[in-house]
Amino acid sequence: MAALPKIRLIWLGFTAALMALTLWMVFLWVPTEINQGNIQRALYFHVPVAWTAMVAIVLIAVASVAYLKTRDEKWDRLAVAGAETGVIFAALMLITGMVWAKPVWGVWWTGEAKLTTTLILFFIYVAYLMFRAYFPPGEQRRRLAAIIGLIGAIDTPIIYYGAQLWERAHPSAVVGPYSNNDSSVDGPVGLTLLVATIAFSVLFVYVASERYRLRKQEDEVMALRRAISLQALRVATTSDSTESISSAPAGGA
Amino acid sequence: MGASLATVWTLARKDLLLELRSKDIVLAIVVFALLVIAIFTFAIELTPSRARDVGPGVLWAAVAFAGVLGLNRSFAVEAEGDTLDGLMLTPVSRELIFFGKVLGNFIFITIAQVVIFPVFEALFNISVLQVETIVIALLASLGFAAVGTAFAAVSVRVRSREIMLPLLFLPTSVPLIMAAVESTSAVVDGGSWGDFSEWLQLAIAFDVIFMIASAVLFQFVLEE
Repeated sequence: MAALPKIRLIWLGFTAALMALTLWMVFLWVPTEINQGNIQRALYFHVPVAWTAMVAIVLIAVASVAYLKTRDEKWDRLAVAGAETGVIFAALMLITGMVWAKPVWGVWWTGEAKLTTTLILFFIYVAYLMFRAYFPPGEQRRRLAAIIGLIGAIDTPIIYYGAQLWERAHPSAVVGPYSNNDSSVDGPVGLTLLVATIAFSVLFVYVASERYRLRKQEDEVMALRRAISLQALRVATTSDSTESISSAPAGGA
Repeated sequence: MGASLATVWTLARKDLLLELRSKDIVLAIVVFALLVIAIFTFAIELTPSRARDVGPGVLWAAVAFAGVLGLNRSFAVEAEGDTLDGLMLTPVSRELIFFGKVLGNFIFITIAQVVIFPVFEALFNISVLQVETIVIALLASLGFAAVGTAFAAVSVRVRSREIMLPLLFLPTSVPLIMAAVESTSAVVDGGSWGDFSEWLQLAIAFDVIFMIASAVLFQFVLEE
């Protein structure tokens, strides 16, 4: 902890300050939305986490391509950091979306295109992380994981297009009291959304970079452990062979 | 071009010949898909209108789930026989190996559907054996084969690959499953090409994109 470089501490403080500002704006400053009431405040979290989850996919895609091209482990670490953080943000997006949809639309879930897309992407990247957990560490895991990460990213626009078509073919059963009222996104509402989006992006960068650093340390520990056991093996074999030489006459007797 | 096609066919023929002798893959797909469909005839009380509503969804869910079983085998056979290295030693580009595998899997899934569709039609009493549905089925099988072959090759070395492949394959194929279900629904409801042209376009786009992307990425899968 003490070794936290200065820039990380500054970034952490920056994140905390922005988050505090966001909370203040969301719960105290911005006026209550006239049609939906207090529940509309969930959107100030829903939209920013959705945005960061999408950024995570771009990050995974870029890092995966870079890994396949350069074979530099740092890109693999970046992809893992992006995937783990992205999966959490996608889960938050789904949960906040459902919490908001129940009172406003009257249903927890509908076939809304962005929700559907996020749900499917959530599954793809959970599978990506499970693959990494199942596969023994090494070059092969990094390479195959990059392929999965890329296929998921390539699939994203196709899923979104399909989900849009699906939404149009099945008009969602939104029956809630405010289902016909769209809230406007201007003035204080827009400003709060903007600040919240920046705050969550900064948080994403912070969490992902911490994860990246942790991943790097895990790799270093792994390398050290391998070096130590190799060394131990070497010592054991050399002492074994000297022992067997010295003990050979006795054994022969 | 002709030589490449011949190579692809040779590779696919190898899988077909193996399959002809063991009948593992196609049989697994057919039996599993029919089982899923049969279970749904008990799980849902099938009035004629309800059969039309849920039938296409059940059909494609069954094909997708069963397809995973078949796709799993396509590389498992290679891994168990240690023939993957042999395949990689052949003086053939990785893309052609990929296309050979895709062709094999495509043929397996298509043959399985030849059995699945008539039985489904009988059990659900809805007419799916039409030119439109056959085109949809071919497009869907091609997409399943393209994505499935890539993921099967990726997951073949994982312990518990039987779990890994469906977790990767099913969410990725969602757009294709949507397209197949929606087009089949339109056909069952008496629609024609124009009523589901957008879904067909989606299926074609999915096939083309993943055929190319998987072929390019496949060379990174088979790399030692």
